[in-house]
Amino acid sequence: MSRQSMRANDPKKVSGELFTLTYGSLVAQLLKDYENVDDVNRQLERMGYNIGMRLIEDFLARANPGRCYDLRDTADKIQQAFKLYLGVSPSIGSWSPGGDEFSVVLETNPMAEFVELPDHCLGLRYSNIMAGVIRGACEMVQLEVMAWFIADQLKGDNVTEIRVKFVKRLEDAIPAGED
Amino acid sequence: MAEEAMFDFIHMEAVSYVFQGGEKISEDEAISKLEHMGFATGYRLVERLTRESGRYKDELDIMKYICKDLWVTVYKKQIDNLRTNHQGVYVLHDNRFRFLSHMAAGKQYLQYAPRYLAFTCGLVRGCLANLGVTCVVTAEVTQLPACKFQIQVQRG
Repeated sequence: MSRQSMRANDPKKVSGELFTLTYGSLVAQLLKDYENVDDVNRQLERMGYNIGMRLIEDFLARANPGRCYDLRDTADKIQQAFKLYLGVSPSIGSWSPGGDEFSVVLETNPMAEFVELPDHCLGLRYSNIMAGVIRGACEMVQLEVMAWFIADQLKGDNVTEIRVKFVKRLEDAIPAGED
Repeated sequence: MAEEAMFDFIHMEAVSYVFQGGEKISEDEAISKLEHMGFATGYRLVERLTRESGRYKDELDIMKYICKDLWVTVYKKQIDNLRTNHQGVYVLHDNRFRFLSHMAAGKQYLQYAPRYLAFTCGLVRGCLANLGVTCVVTAEVTQLPACKFQIQVQRG
């Protein structure tokens, strides 16, 4: 009987699917609760922000990435975090001339694996939670950033692209004695 | 795997989202939303998990599947104890339930525990529904992080 073996199939894949499906149920619930998709987008971003604030602790403890000295450093760490938490390696690119803005480009989006957007949801930024996670996580390491989607495979684009813009360092929050 | 952390965080956000309405939304309504999310997740999840397994020979076999494989997949441990009266009532004991294990040991936060069980009740109900068993799932907790889920099968 193959009953025992199927659990072992690919545990990593399974836990990824569990997360994807749970997220899908959550988005479906939000769409039911709110009348317009802008509110859903905002709510997802807020949830992401809350997650990011906690996730950064987990990330720092697990990966021990050390301090970032410039935004390129930060971009690398974001890439590393994507690998760790979603099992995908995004590419970092499209730096702005001033070096304060970059893109995180995902070839595949594990969060949107089983998703198709119906016509009335075209305004929905399905994976908006990710933008919130980036913002929340950076804020906890004294970096104020903005993050938003500029391309989404669910909307027919080739890749999923998140733009991250550095706003400022939150100097006041650095505990005394650091640096 | 770190993806587990993502699942935990999403679950936490789902719980805090349904309760953010404060006064506007009753406890029951919020719990039922969570239960519904769990149901939708479980219904889809079990379809993917059991793709390659054979047919389960009876209800008890299905319950064993829930206690062993499903629980390991979702909560990284097996159910500690399964009891049944052989008349359609099953009680699943988990002595260290994952969503409660970081909260407290003992009675602190006991009043909030049901919020963290509703999703799982739905998840189990969804899985069973897709395996052809219609049921009602309730959860009970007297001492964190242990809890028990009661499955009452509806005979049609």
